[in-house]
Amino acid sequence: MTQLAHAAPDVLSDFLTQLDTVPDFQFLKTPETGLAMVRGRTGGSGAPFNLGEVSMTRCVVSMPDSLTGKQIDGVAYIAGRDRSRTENAAKLDALFQDSAFGDELRTKILPRLSAANDDRKREKAAKTAATKVEFFTMERGS
Amino acid sequence: MYVAVKGGERAIENAHALLAETRRGNLDVPDLTIDQIREQMPLAVDRVMTEGSLYDRDLAALAIKQACGDLVEAIFLLRAYRTTLPRLAETQPIDTGAMAIRRRISATYKDLPGGQVLGPTFDYTHRLLDFALAAEGGLEAAPRNPDAEAEATPRVANLLASEDLIETEDRDPEEQAPPDLTRDPLEFPAERALRLQALARGDEGYLLALGYSTQRGYGRTHPFAGEIRMGEVEVEVFVKELGFAVSIGEITVTECEMVNQFAGSKTKPPQFTRGYGLTFGFCERKAMAMALVDRSLRARELGEEITAPAQDEEFALAHADNVEASGFVQHLKLPHYVDFQSELELVRKMREEIEARRWADEQQEDEVNHVAAE
Repeated sequence: MTQLAHAAPDVLSDFLTQLDTVPDFQFLKTPETGLAMVRGRTGGSGAPFNLGEVSMTRCVVSMPDSLTGKQIDGVAYIAGRDRSRTENAAKLDALFQDSAFGDELRTKILPRLSAANDDRKREKAAKTAATKVEFFTMERGS
Repeated sequence: MYVAVKGGERAIENAHALLAETRRGNLDVPDLTIDQIREQMPLAVDRVMTEGSLYDRDLAALAIKQACGDLVEAIFLLRAYRTTLPRLAETQPIDTGAMAIRRRISATYKDLPGGQVLGPTFDYTHRLLDFALAAEGGLEAAPRNPDAEAEATPRVANLLASEDLIETEDRDPEEQAPPDLTRDPLEFPAERALRLQALARGDEGYLLALGYSTQRGYGRTHPFAGEIRMGEVEVEVFVKELGFAVSIGEITVTECEMVNQFAGSKTKPPQFTRGYGLTFGFCERKAMAMALVDRSLRARELGEEITAPAQDEEFALAHADNVEASGFVQHLKLPHYVDFQSELELVRKMREEIEARRWADEQQEDEVNHVAAE
């Protein structure tokens, strides 16, 4: 779910459009945008306090398992106000749990999502590392 | 008594149309897009999100455009918008110790584990106008150091804590939900969690001035910037449907830990104390000012004499919110015709009474002189 939350919106819709058969999805909770109160901790490690809110969209879908017909719920809570992105993430979350093709789909999609995420992080880290300083103090008047 | 004033509808409509035209400026110049504001004025966006108390880069950029770049007005717009959305969740407290660091400096230790990285800072720039920016041109990519090994970046405060020279910030095993001033009005005395929320939403300029006043001697706290860090943290929300917390994405935050002297008290040995600042986005000046004021407001708790505005929580917090402050100051522009008429009557009456008394006194004086002369 973390990978789905971090994925670019168009990547999720691309994966869904590439599916051979689209299951019969039902909404248990239509995409809804609201707020989550972000908490911090005093001194970074102490008692919690309320910092401010972040916009968030949530969606819960349900689909029948392709083998057993049992209902599978797909859940997505994603920062931001993009309803279709959240809906797509919820659908993928459900598809990942399908007993016939869930495992295959996960091994196909998740590494690609995390690779894109890792590339972005690595690029930031490399540019940040180039600004690392070595301060030194000088003794004066000796 | 409040007396409504009616009329002026056409003038108001026309003024709004004129504002829209003024906002757009010269039509020969391309319209500013929300994407441009979000990407090229990130620090304005960060301030609006922090004081608007809503992390949403697109909404903050839109607010800045709508407010013609007036950030306090943009903050007001964002605050108004947030009241239209339901509160769906409270997040798990963010773990700034696990931050993907983009800036980290310490003014107390030069060789701290994990090192110091400057990141995208104005520090050490010459503050000379760069006319190259006035000409549209290319951009050189920032240098990379892909070989750098990722190192752990423990908190500076923890370095001192190992010797018991600084107070520690520990979790209460029976942690309660913190107070929330968006649900219950601010009341005094306010506990530290509530003060931190008020400071996080507080006006940067105001907190900067209050923090500065402590440095100039009005409630001195002898601060050192123990550590400032900026970067991305995961935001986790407990999902009812699943029964556990999941990441909903990452946000950028700036954190400042001030390390301050403390002489000690009857119950506590001399040790360093701490002031804490945390903001959305990259608001370093605000985070530093917040940490200074947070420490000052701990005067009561630490048994320090309260002598300065920055130590007085009612003064410091009741005036920190720029939406409230701006509203009350700016309401003075609204028609006060009836109020003013009654004051005018009162002043006239007072003057008449004074005139009458003076006239009576003069008459009496004349009579006395007259009698004395006889």
